[in-house]
Amino acid sequence: MPDATAKPEASPSSSPLPALAPVPAPLAADVLIVGGGLIGLPLGVALAGAGLETIILDREDPARVVDAAFDGRVSAIAFASQAALAAIGVWHHVAEAQPILDIRVVDGTSPFFLHYDHRTLGSGPLGWMVENRVLRQALQQAVAATPRVRLLAPAAAAHVERGPHGVSARTDDGREIRAAIVVAADGRFSPLREAAGIPTLSWRYAQAGIVCTIAHERPHQGVATERFLPAGPFAMLPMTGNRSSLVWTEPAALAAAMMTLPPAEFRVEVARRFGDHLGALEVVGPRWTYPLALHHAERYIAHRLALAGDAAHGMHPIAGQGLNLGLRDVAALAEILVDAARLGLDIGDEGVLEAYQRRRRFDAMLLLAVTDGLNRLFSNDVAPVRLVRDLGLAAVNRMPPLKRLFMQHARGTLGALPRLLTGQPL
Amino acid sequence: MPAQATPQPDPTGAATPEPREASANTIDPAEVARFDAMAEDWWNPNGPFRPLHQLNPLRIAYIRDQIAARLGTAGTGGGGERMRPLKGLRLLDVGCGGGLICEPMARLGASVVGIDAAARNIAAAARHAQAMGLAIDYRHQPVETLATGSERFDVILALEILEHVADGEAFLAACASLLVPGGLLVAATLNRTARSFAYAIVGAEYLLRWLPRGTHDWRRFIRPHELARSLRGAGLTLETLDGAHYDPLAGRWSLSRDLGVNYMAIATRPAGA
Repeated sequence: MPDATAKPEASPSSSPLPALAPVPAPLAADVLIVGGGLIGLPLGVALAGAGLETIILDREDPARVVDAAFDGRVSAIAFASQAALAAIGVWHHVAEAQPILDIRVVDGTSPFFLHYDHRTLGSGPLGWMVENRVLRQALQQAVAATPRVRLLAPAAAAHVERGPHGVSARTDDGREIRAAIVVAADGRFSPLREAAGIPTLSWRYAQAGIVCTIAHERPHQGVATERFLPAGPFAMLPMTGNRSSLVWTEPAALAAAMMTLPPAEFRVEVARRFGDHLGALEVVGPRWTYPLALHHAERYIAHRLALAGDAAHGMHPIAGQGLNLGLRDVAALAEILVDAARLGLDIGDEGVLEAYQRRRRFDAMLLLAVTDGLNRLFSNDVAPVRLVRDLGLAAVNRMPPLKRLFMQHARGTLGALPRLLTGQPL
Repeated sequence: MPAQATPQPDPTGAATPEPREASANTIDPAEVARFDAMAEDWWNPNGPFRPLHQLNPLRIAYIRDQIAARLGTAGTGGGGERMRPLKGLRLLDVGCGGGLICEPMARLGASVVGIDAAARNIAAAARHAQAMGLAIDYRHQPVETLATGSERFDVILALEILEHVADGEAFLAACASLLVPGGLLVAATLNRTARSFAYAIVGAEYLLRWLPRGTHDWRRFIRPHELARSLRGAGLTLETLDGAHYDPLAGRWSLSRDLGVNYMAIATRPAGA
C-alpha cells in the first residue's frame, strides 16, 4: 500500500521549457530490503506474496551469484526452514535437494554416539542439503514469479535516510526509493547497521573452517555425520548423488597450510578424517576457508530499520544453524510486518519493530551461546572432559524426551513459531 | 480515555472544512509550537497515549472484522487489494483525537473523515497525516453540525467519546442520522462498575499515571443496558456487545465476554429506515 496521495505537482501549463532529461519519479514501496542474498530474497518474496510492495537492492549481478565459482557452499535447510520456503512458494523452484534422514554425532573415535533418526519425530526428513547456487536460482525464480517484489541489481544503496515519517534511499545509479521501513540484509559487515551506530559484540576463535565437496564410491543413505575431533568438529553432510559436503575446523595456522596442499595430499588429509566407510573418495571442485567468529548486534532495530540474518548475528558453523537462524528472522519479521499492515498500522512504527526484536533476539543469543559452548566442550582432548561428554552423549541417546528436544531444535520446530515455520501461509 | 475533549461551542467550527487553511490563516507561533508538542504526544507510543497505542491493534482488528462481516467487504480483490479491505467505504471517526484510528482506516482503503471538537487535535492529526502522505479529511466540527448537512457514511466510529459528551442521546441521534441505511456504528466506552472505578480511575489515573488525573468522570460511564436503550432511541439496532480485557503482565488487550470495564458495541441503521 504505497502512499495513494499524490504530492502537489506543477500544472502542465506552467512548464513552458522543453523537456530536459526527465527526472524519474521515486519508486514507492512499503519495504526496502538492502541485500538480495539468502535472507533478503526470501523476505522479499514472503512480504510481496502477502501484498506488500517490496524493493530489494543487491550489489551483485544476479547472473553471477548463481555460478558455482561465486558460492560453492552447501546449506543445511532445517525442516522448519523448508516449510517456510515451501509456504512462500520458493521450495518448488529448488532444482535438487538431498533429504537428511539421520544425523549421527560421534565423539572422535569413541564407541559412544548420539543418533538422531527422523522416524522418531514422525514422517519427513530432519532437513535438506541444498547447494547455495541452487537455492539462489530458486529464489531468483520466485522473485520473478511474484508480483509486487522488484530486485534491483546490480545496485548499491548509496544513501539511506531514515526520516521521522519514512525512509528515502538513493542507489548508486541514481534511482530514488521511498519506503516505510528498510531491512538490513546486507551481511555480517552490514553498512546499514554501521550507519545506524549499532555496536556488535564479536569474538574470534583461533580456528578456521575448511569447506569442500567430495565424491565417494558408495551411497551415504542420507546420513549426516558430525564427528568431534580434538581440533574441532568435522561434519559430513549428504548431497545429491554420491557426494558429500565437508565442513571441518582446524587451528588457523594448520587450516592455512591445508589450503596450500597439492590435490593428492589434500585428498589424503580428507580421507584420514572422513574414514573409508563410503569407499574411495575424491575431492571435487574448489576448497574454501574462513576464520571462525561469532558476532551479535546489540540491537536488532533502530528508527525505521530492522536487521536480519548475518547483519544481526553470525555464528560458528558447528551446528549448521546460521542460515536457519536467519530464515527464522525472515519468518518472524514477515509475519510481524504483514500483521501490522493488515491493521493499517505504520509498518515502520517503533512498536512494530520492538515486537520483532522481542521475538528474535533471545532465540539468537541462546543459539550463539549453545554453539559456542558446544565448540569449547568438544574441541578438547583432556581425558575427564572426554569421559563426561561421552557419557553425556550416550545419556542423551538413552533419554528419549531430552533427545527429542535436541532433535526438535535441529529441525527448528521448537518454541512459539511464526506461521511460516509451521508451513502455514502468512 | 482522552480521545476527545468535551464538545464546546465554537463559532468557527462549522465553517472550516479545510482545517489546514483555517489554522494557516491565524498563525500563532506559540500555538503552532504547542501543536507540534501535541502531535509528538499523540504519536509517541511511550507517551501519555501509551494505553491507546496498546489498545489500538485489538480495536482496529475488531472494527475491520466487524465491517467485513456485516458490510461484506471481506476478501474482496486479490493481491495488493487484500491490504485494502475497506476500499470503497466512507468512514467517519467522531472524536478522532490525533488520528490514531483514522490513519489505519485510511491505509485499509476507507475514505476517512475525522472530526474533533478540539482544534489543536485536528491540527495535530492533519499535520501527521500529511507527513505520512495519507489523504484524510480532518475537520474541526461537532457531530451535530455535520448532521445538518447532506453527507452520509457507511461506517461511523465513536470510540471513547460517549463518556465525555454532555448529551449522549442527542449525540447518538446525530450519529444515526449520518449513517446510510444498513450503515454501521461502532461505539467503545467504559462501564460504570466498581471494577471500572478501580481500573480506569484509581489504576490508570492515580496509580499508573497513564492518564492525566481528571481525564475520566466515573459517574458519566455508561452501563451496557443504558447504551442499548440510547441506541434504540436513536433508531439503531444493537448487533453485539464485546468486552476488551487488559492483561497488565503481557501489556496486551484481548476480546472478552466480560463487559465490566472497557466494552464495544456494534449497531446498524435498519436498511428500510
